[in-house]
Amino acid sequence: MTEHAASPRRGDTPAAHAPGQQTTVETMTGAQSLIRSLEAVGADTVFGIPGGAILPAYDPLMDSTKVRHILVRHEQGAGHAATGYAQATGRVGVCMATSGPGATNLVTPIADAYMDSVPIVAITGQVASKAIGTDAFQEADICGITMPITKHNFLVTDPAEIPRVIAEAFHIAATGRPGPVLVDVAKDALQATTVFRWPVETSLPGYRPVTKPHAKQIREAAKMLVSAKRPVLYVGGGVLKARASAELRILAELTGAPVVTTLMAIGTFPDSHPQHLGMPGMHGSVPAVTALQKADLLFTLGARFDDRVTGKLDSFAPNAKVVHADIDPAEIGKNRPADVPIVGDAREVIADLIVAVQAEYDAGHKGDYADWWSKLDEWKRTYPLGYEPAPAGELSPQQVIERIGQLVGSDAIYAAGVGQHQMWASQFIRFEKPATWLNSGGAGTMGYAVPAAMGAKAGKPDTAVWAIDGDGCFQMTNQELVTCALNNIPIKVAVINNGSLGMVRQWQTLFYNQRYSNTVLHAGPEHDGKEPPAQGTRIPDFVLLSEAMGCVGLRCERPEDLDAVIKQAMEINDRPVVIDFIVHQDAMVWPMVAAGTSNDEIQFAKGVRPDFGDDLD
Amino acid sequence: MTTMSKHTLSVLVENKPGVLARIASLFSRRGFNIDSLAVGPTEHPDISRMTIVVNVEDLPLEQVTKQLNKLVNVIKIVELDQSQAVQRELVLVKVRADAESRSQIVEIVQLFRAKTVDVSPDAVTIEATGSSDKLEAMLRMLEPYGIKELVQSGLVAIGRGARSITDRSLRALDRSA
Repeated sequence: MTEHAASPRRGDTPAAHAPGQQTTVETMTGAQSLIRSLEAVGADTVFGIPGGAILPAYDPLMDSTKVRHILVRHEQGAGHAATGYAQATGRVGVCMATSGPGATNLVTPIADAYMDSVPIVAITGQVASKAIGTDAFQEADICGITMPITKHNFLVTDPAEIPRVIAEAFHIAATGRPGPVLVDVAKDALQATTVFRWPVETSLPGYRPVTKPHAKQIREAAKMLVSAKRPVLYVGGGVLKARASAELRILAELTGAPVVTTLMAIGTFPDSHPQHLGMPGMHGSVPAVTALQKADLLFTLGARFDDRVTGKLDSFAPNAKVVHADIDPAEIGKNRPADVPIVGDAREVIADLIVAVQAEYDAGHKGDYADWWSKLDEWKRTYPLGYEPAPAGELSPQQVIERIGQLVGSDAIYAAGVGQHQMWASQFIRFEKPATWLNSGGAGTMGYAVPAAMGAKAGKPDTAVWAIDGDGCFQMTNQELVTCALNNIPIKVAVINNGSLGMVRQWQTLFYNQRYSNTVLHAGPEHDGKEPPAQGTRIPDFVLLSEAMGCVGLRCERPEDLDAVIKQAMEINDRPVVIDFIVHQDAMVWPMVAAGTSNDEIQFAKGVRPDFGDDLD
Repeated sequence: MTTMSKHTLSVLVENKPGVLARIASLFSRRGFNIDSLAVGPTEHPDISRMTIVVNVEDLPLEQVTKQLNKLVNVIKIVELDQSQAVQRELVLVKVRADAESRSQIVEIVQLFRAKTVDVSPDAVTIEATGSSDKLEAMLRMLEPYGIKELVQSGLVAIGRGARSITDRSLRALDRSA
């Protein structure tokens, strides 16, 4: 056993070292070796598009009975689909593209997966090794390009390395802090004859993620938790990725401490749980934001003090001590110094914490958060999430999203794009289970929803998958609905159509004197967004567009039709369904902390700052 | 408030193509400044050693080492304390010298225990190794004669005493090979 293989792993990694496994040694082409390696690591779905340099790999792929290839319409779709697949299933997502533009089209989804720590492996063809560096046709230095946005990448020019590199790529992607790994394979390496050997010995002397937390730090953290007066369990995506939801719930209920879940952690802790205060951050709930501000202990589990959570860092949680547990040591102390740093996998950390907290209780040290809860409950009562109704006869976007959540339920998977609809989905859909909320949190990639929903549905065909999309996002990647229609991937897409780039428009409303520069989507350049446009409010017509792509296209414009249309969509399972919800244009996302300001300046609604209970220091 | 100070990092990396690019890319992406960089082979053919001098505060230094550690090809990072390590740079300098000034220049060379490696009728080329301070002092002395060309290596450093930073890393490498 190698050193890294001996450490506990997170996620499904290739069983490259499994004892008792039969050893395979066969002569074949590099391309066949690549497909055999993918089969051996357990990849069952690949999203991609062929092209010159990757073409050799597509030939044996045609004969594979274990790997399903889904032919997408744009490589960006392949990348986000791999991400959606990985987020929904917890397995490594795979996408494939050719050299040059094929590979560079993957850059956005790779950057997206990097920011959100999603395990995907991108396989790209590269020009023949002798042509590398000559500016050959469709040549791009994709390893150089993706260096800062991958966890690691490989350039393979020797076909004998293919099995080892694939095993290492999947291992790196899935273990430690997950992330994207790119494998660039030169065309001549795919064409050459080689020997496929499996299992392979991996060689990663510099890769040893620490998963087991330090016992002393755990004891220290438990002590701080029981002696704190105003603690908050600040839970991030790391807990979700570690599949530690059950452990988190035990810890939360054992301690009685309040819980906030970041955008990346939604679903990790049930929204319906009485200890849940909601999401912190720029559009977080007042109780969640305020609890962090007033806390005396941030008990941070797999979260990274992102600027969208902290607001102005200097004034974030000014009186709090910090326990910070993360699998990535570089996150600890990066933005906010930690009083108790803990490096480890969230599941092991929380499991150990439960034992340590119990030991404190047994020794007679139990936290008393009664005063804290009386404040928290008051904030929860006074400042619940809500929205103003739309003008009579119009649909409010929040109502549409809330109703979808109510009718479709908490077993479904929801993928959101980026913008107002994403925030409303995070606020008004009740998430009760992990891995049911997929979104582009760190990168904020518009166009993420449709391909991510496709990937999720491909990975979990028996689960209902809804994309909650905006009309701006939808116009970036809707072509993957063709892929869905042709490959029996019947997702539902709710286009929250306000005719504008709503979040940007909201900022123009608040910070740019209602000057709507280039945010109105359904009218020409002369349109200022104040008067109704002269023509073209239905360009494109999303219903017709969806029908053209092989989907069922529905439209809903009136509140009284809302339930019927959602139910109609739920009935259709042989094709993708797109619903064009024509919603009120001026709805805004509240609460809000304006960018660059302190979380103390949170506004519950426009111009309304909550009474913070400033008797707390 | 901590002040900026120089730190010397010895970084053991896998001897693979693109590793230098990864490190350079990391420094530029995270906004860290490299003062000096030297790369070369070690006693183990699969391991290269980089000596990186960074000019940062303590907290960013921690980020530098943690981010470097995340690179899959980086095996080990050790910060070498200036008082506990031997640090050397190499300089080659071409100085204007005629029959009149040559002997004075040679005297400076001897003073700094440097070497004259090339002589021509109107110039001498000097090779010198030492700490940054010593080399700086020598260059100051040579400056009045006219420095025609100068090339300087990155700093290399090694810890004092019998302990080796490569021992354990090499064993790890052998186990996984």
